[in-house]
Amino acid sequence: MSEITPQIVADHGLNEEEYARILHAMGRVPNMVELGIFSVMWSEHCSYKSSRIHLKKLPTEAPWVICGPGENAGVIDIGEGPNGSKLAAIFKMESHNHPSYIEPYQGAATGVGGILRDVFTMGARPVANMNALRFGRPDHPKMKHLVQGVVAGIGGYGNCVGVPTVGGETNFHPAYDGNILVNAMTVGVADQDKIFYSAATGVGNPIVYVGSKTGRDGIHGATMASADFGADIEEKRPTVQVGDPFTEKLLIEACLELMASDAIVAIQDMGAAGLTSSSVEMATNGKAGIILDMDKVPCREEGMTPYEMMLSESQERMLMVLKPGREEFAKAIFDKWELDFAVIGEVTDTGHMVLTWKGEVVCDIPLGPLAEDAPLYDRPAASKEEYTAWANVKPLGDVPASKDLGADLLTLMASPDIASRAWIWQQYDSQVGGDTAQLSGGDAAVVRIHGTNRALAMSTDCTPRYCYADPYEGGKQAVAETYRNISAVGATPLAITNCLNFANPQRPEIMAQIVGCLEGMGDACRALDYPIVSGNVSLYNESKATGGGSAILPTPAIGGVGVLEDVGKMATIGFKTDGDGIFVIGHNNGHLGQSLWLRELHGREDGAAPSVDLGQERAHAEFVRQLIQDGKVNAVHDVADGGLLVALTEMALASGKGCALEEIGDAFTAFGEDQARYVVTSAAADQIQAAGIPMTRIGTVGGTSVAGPGFDVPIATLRNAHDSFFKNWMES
Amino acid sequence: MMRAAVIQFPGSNCDRDMAVAIRDITGADTSLVWHRESVLPSGLDLIAIPGGFSYGDYLRSGAMAARSPVMQAVIAAAGRGVPVLGVCNGFQILTEAGLLPGALMRNAGIRFVCRTVGLTVENNQSMFTSGYSAGEKIHIPVAHHDGNFFADDATLDRLEGEGRVAFRYAEPVNGSARNIAGVLNDAGNVLGMMPHPERMIEAMQGGSDGRRLFEGLIREIA
Repeated sequence: MSEITPQIVADHGLNEEEYARILHAMGRVPNMVELGIFSVMWSEHCSYKSSRIHLKKLPTEAPWVICGPGENAGVIDIGEGPNGSKLAAIFKMESHNHPSYIEPYQGAATGVGGILRDVFTMGARPVANMNALRFGRPDHPKMKHLVQGVVAGIGGYGNCVGVPTVGGETNFHPAYDGNILVNAMTVGVADQDKIFYSAATGVGNPIVYVGSKTGRDGIHGATMASADFGADIEEKRPTVQVGDPFTEKLLIEACLELMASDAIVAIQDMGAAGLTSSSVEMATNGKAGIILDMDKVPCREEGMTPYEMMLSESQERMLMVLKPGREEFAKAIFDKWELDFAVIGEVTDTGHMVLTWKGEVVCDIPLGPLAEDAPLYDRPAASKEEYTAWANVKPLGDVPASKDLGADLLTLMASPDIASRAWIWQQYDSQVGGDTAQLSGGDAAVVRIHGTNRALAMSTDCTPRYCYADPYEGGKQAVAETYRNISAVGATPLAITNCLNFANPQRPEIMAQIVGCLEGMGDACRALDYPIVSGNVSLYNESKATGGGSAILPTPAIGGVGVLEDVGKMATIGFKTDGDGIFVIGHNNGHLGQSLWLRELHGREDGAAPSVDLGQERAHAEFVRQLIQDGKVNAVHDVADGGLLVALTEMALASGKGCALEEIGDAFTAFGEDQARYVVTSAAADQIQAAGIPMTRIGTVGGTSVAGPGFDVPIATLRNAHDSFFKNWMES
Repeated sequence: MMRAAVIQFPGSNCDRDMAVAIRDITGADTSLVWHRESVLPSGLDLIAIPGGFSYGDYLRSGAMAARSPVMQAVIAAAGRGVPVLGVCNGFQILTEAGLLPGALMRNAGIRFVCRTVGLTVENNQSMFTSGYSAGEKIHIPVAHHDGNFFADDATLDRLEGEGRVAFRYAEPVNGSARNIAGVLNDAGNVLGMMPHPERMIEAMQGGSDGRRLFEGLIREIA
């Protein structure tokens, strides 16, 4: 073993103070294997050292929460399944930002693979994939390539494993020029009595490695300069992992087959930091110790060292603790699916992680101190005043009048953030499984719970420009928008997962974004009875290399899940019947600050973000759900980016039916982005009134155009505009 | 009772959907048969080869599956006249196994395509298409990367002349020669098609045009 020099410590991304903590935890100088393990366990990605104290403030409990943050994914009660079974939804969202910028296809593909494993490792069959994507400006020289690669990668992986990709969101902004965001979410369904956790228990129980072999791919990105770690540059491998969805499909089936038995004590996927984080977390969660024989780890290439095996991020691998004596039974299942299966160690009561190799102990880490001495930072955050001054968001000031609402509408429908995403979602198999009831293009994706008449509704949302202008309101809005989208199909929102993408937390202004967004999210979750059950934090999303903004916009992406009791009552956005009245639920205050209209028509990102009244959000959503439940409305759509006229146009495009509007006469009413609003249509106006719920009749369904005072745009023209952005961009 | 088998390869992912459709619509006793089996259940009335990515489609879509043990049994059963339905990857496997002519190449647009497409029923005289009227326009989803049907002109002329084009795309979808979406073997008991009838069997899925394929089939078999 080589000597640990300050340079080696720095190359592992550890500062002096953190290295001193390692010396304290170990009580001696670590060797290279031990240093490598500390470095990944104490990385921002695994330790949440900059965000943990703030994450703790988020609400994570409700009577229907079975398992909150801390396990591989969150688990909620979704009620009855076929034959009286009790079902759980298991879900999580995770980022794969940096790899996707370096190698978009593999980065996005392995992002999907990783989040799938987080979900099926807990016993769930994955039933839906979602995503949240942010790209830079479309005319950036790299952006077309990145979009094509990311979309193909998400499809390439999800299509092959046979999990439908049913929804998501995509935004464009120059702040992502040098740092795109790829957030992937998986939702799975499990029997409540077949949920698997990660705590390794039972001294002497065998620890089993299954899945793909371990290769040198993905070994952490820090450039290593030590003599016993690949001094030869030829030995270096790209830090982006390569995915194999075929193996993942086999792994899903093999794991679920084994999970139907009682052979498993604990199971955990090997995600970030691979064998290191899975073994450390399993032993730590079980308050146990662990001993692994590195000679038994299935390796793809010869001559791999324990350091490489422990830090490899090869994909499609799982670690399990089995009940004693069940090894042969389990092995037969993995043999059938032609996957590697190796007993590589056992659970101990030492509280240490011990690794042996060629008959020698090559690592002996006390797990208690590894956790207890882990760094935890309360990083300084700018005050609200300091942040506002730094963010330099101009007051809204005078807003130019719209000269032609119809022309403005066409510009908006063709703008990157509103244009049809069909080019993207037609590359995803959205229907495998036969249970997809609604997919991208509506408010929420809806997937029937197999064998029942009930369904899960899912939505991913965040409006980063609001979060930048006002982190607190933006955090609230991201949560509220998923709540609204899920309610708009008639489902009851139950819980969320989040993927918190921010720039460098060592800058007080970025820390102010993190703290503000989390406070807003927390308040929204509390007010809406909508807890956070899982999540992921991705920091340091900034780059000056590509001429873009140096830091991304704060992007706390939210993935919400709800339950629809009768899929036959599901609401959709398309207009249904000529002559139906069109109504807006909610207050129309004409808020144009941070609106897409202001940005796309006038090049201004000015003004305050719209404020979110959580009491209204809850009351309006409950009212809309009741209307849908009672069959009193024919179409429902929430009002979001682009405001009311864009929402109405989307309803027309979804159905081919037009509308005649009365109350929309200026940019404020047409394109204001006030929150807590829905459009509903109904034949019977008197049937959809309620005390305390603001409701305005704004027009009538019918015709072949979207028409109002001073504008009349044919649906065909609107459709051409809506379809034009991706078509022109990708075919140019 | 009608008996059906759905062949399961490693990487198949529409196997459950196909089994659900066959069971729900025909009431058949439907078993899943693993690719390593060399003997099929006896007395089969229908063999279905489902969609997915058999063996990861790593060599060529369907190429490895076509050489797996179970396919020898499927080829023999097809020779005896047992109806064989291959959908998507199943169609690719049937061409690779030589049960159907032609080949399925990468989509002309290069990209994977998943959407509901219009189809014209070209031949409603086969056991698979008797539930439709001739020339009827139906809607069924596709989801594939390699659905671009290719055969030489002589083969295409023969397929058309013998009424072996079962379905044609109403508009170009993937570059298929003469917009062919599904073809029959010369005995008429083997159908390969890229669109997924098993995904369009009830209103919730957006329609039930696929259902009639199975309904017609059971009438023919019964």
